[in-house]
Amino acid sequence: MAAPLSVEVEFGGGAELLFDGIKKHQVTLPGQEEPWDIRNLLVWIKKNLLKERPELFIQGDSVRPGILVLVNDADWELLGELDYQLQDQDNILFISTLHGG
Amino acid sequence: MVWQVLEGLSRDSAKRLRFVPGVIYVDEGAACGQSPEDRAKTVAEMKLILQTLGFPWHFVALEEVFGLSPSVLRCSAQEPVGAVGTYKVAVDSFLQQQHTLGTERAGGSPSPAQGEEWLSPPGTQESQDPAGPPPAAQTEALSRLFGSVKTLTAKEEFLHTLRTHLILHVARTHGYSKVMTGDSCTRLAIKLMTSLALGRGAFLAWDTGFSDERHGDVVVVRPMRDHTLKEVAFYNRLFAVPSVFTPAIDTKAPEKASVHRLMEGFLLRLQAQFPSTVSTVYRTSEKLVKAPRDGCAAGPRCLLYSATAFGAQTSGFSQTQPPTPRAGAGAPTEAGGAQDRCRGAGPCGREDSRAQVIEQLCYGCRANMKDVPSLDLLPPYILAEAQLRSQRASQEIQEYLVENGAEEMQTAESRAWGHQESGARIA
Repeated sequence: MAAPLSVEVEFGGGAELLFDGIKKHQVTLPGQEEPWDIRNLLVWIKKNLLKERPELFIQGDSVRPGILVLVNDADWELLGELDYQLQDQDNILFISTLHGG
Repeated sequence: MVWQVLEGLSRDSAKRLRFVPGVIYVDEGAACGQSPEDRAKTVAEMKLILQTLGFPWHFVALEEVFGLSPSVLRCSAQEPVGAVGTYKVAVDSFLQQQHTLGTERAGGSPSPAQGEEWLSPPGTQESQDPAGPPPAAQTEALSRLFGSVKTLTAKEEFLHTLRTHLILHVARTHGYSKVMTGDSCTRLAIKLMTSLALGRGAFLAWDTGFSDERHGDVVVVRPMRDHTLKEVAFYNRLFAVPSVFTPAIDTKAPEKASVHRLMEGFLLRLQAQFPSTVSTVYRTSEKLVKAPRDGCAAGPRCLLYSATAFGAQTSGFSQTQPPTPRAGAGAPTEAGGAQDRCRGAGPCGREDSRAQVIEQLCYGCRANMKDVPSLDLLPPYILAEAQLRSQRASQEIQEYLVENGAEEMQTAESRAWGHQESGARIA
């Protein structure tokens, strides 16, 4: 049983276009059975924050290739990618490196 | 990249860069369908950032393409003033910069492909303020042009070409000898594959190499080509580099909307599973060798791309060009570029003017033009230059025609004489 978590979700590099142009979202994740990890967070984002074109952000289980994920300014690949378990007051940053010249 | 140059020029860096840069921002809002308010907002944000830099900066709107003169398409003298020394120093300094990975990437900073810098001879310190928004007529002409293009691929290619010409023009006007673009390793790998897919394989070495001297006096260099997008993004984040984001022409386009998007998606997906993909493609591009160039006039050059148009095929366009090939007539046959020309009593009518422009393009550009239904909407400088070149070409051919005609007559006569003589002898 996981307690509710408060995390800051940020978007950069153009990803904010899919979220109404708002770059920083302070969110409180509700308590649930399993501990919160990035996988669950993505599902939550898709359901609650993503305003349009989900296929431009999420692909299958994970983010679209080309979108970087930083947790507390560290690459998520170092932390286990989708399996990283969220802690309270974490900062998750999604930077889109797609499109453009 | 701008940030990195800023650091390089600061007094306390180990090896100081010795050139004087300026920054240019090209506003493409009209082509991307942005509203005037959005554009004004972006411009204001950009100005704020540019002003803190302390470099001279230039602001141009893509609409100004309609005011360019045809000379921008011509290759000028190839000896830029004092460039060699500064170039070497610039390269050395970049290679030896200790404290960074990437820099302001073309998506974080002045938006994609607009993060560009200029090297100028010392002394030009003015910052050019835009004199208000561009005239509405030009904006409308631009929107019409981009609206008439049928596919997103053609639009993107066209945008790229027009942007390059505009930047060249500003570079030449203000006396800059080099243009630095912020293309990263990932971007160049994508560009390489896309160029191959679009039939521009001939110019790969120039498009993706470190320096591009196709335009003669202005050299385009790509100092960021060693850094991947990931590095650049991290750098931006860790060093809090200020950035402005503007939507580009293919923002939010679905994956299969254009060849560029498709290739980008393909490469990035492959990279996710095989992390060495991008660097492999990049290393391959380093092995490309440019064909030796012996001066500007070494053959017919593509009107839009300013490179020798060898390999130009006319098969797809035979319906617009009535070819009247004359055996052995003096059509300039350059390395593989056997081009049919409209020989007739002189071009007249729409068909011929379209043919005039098209016959001067390389294969890649021609494929692009298939998606542009009407060439009248093209900026006037392109049409003017096309007409000029084809007039010049038909003048050259005129000389040959006269000569050949005379020769043929002579041969015919001598043959006739030969017959008579032999006939006489037999008889």
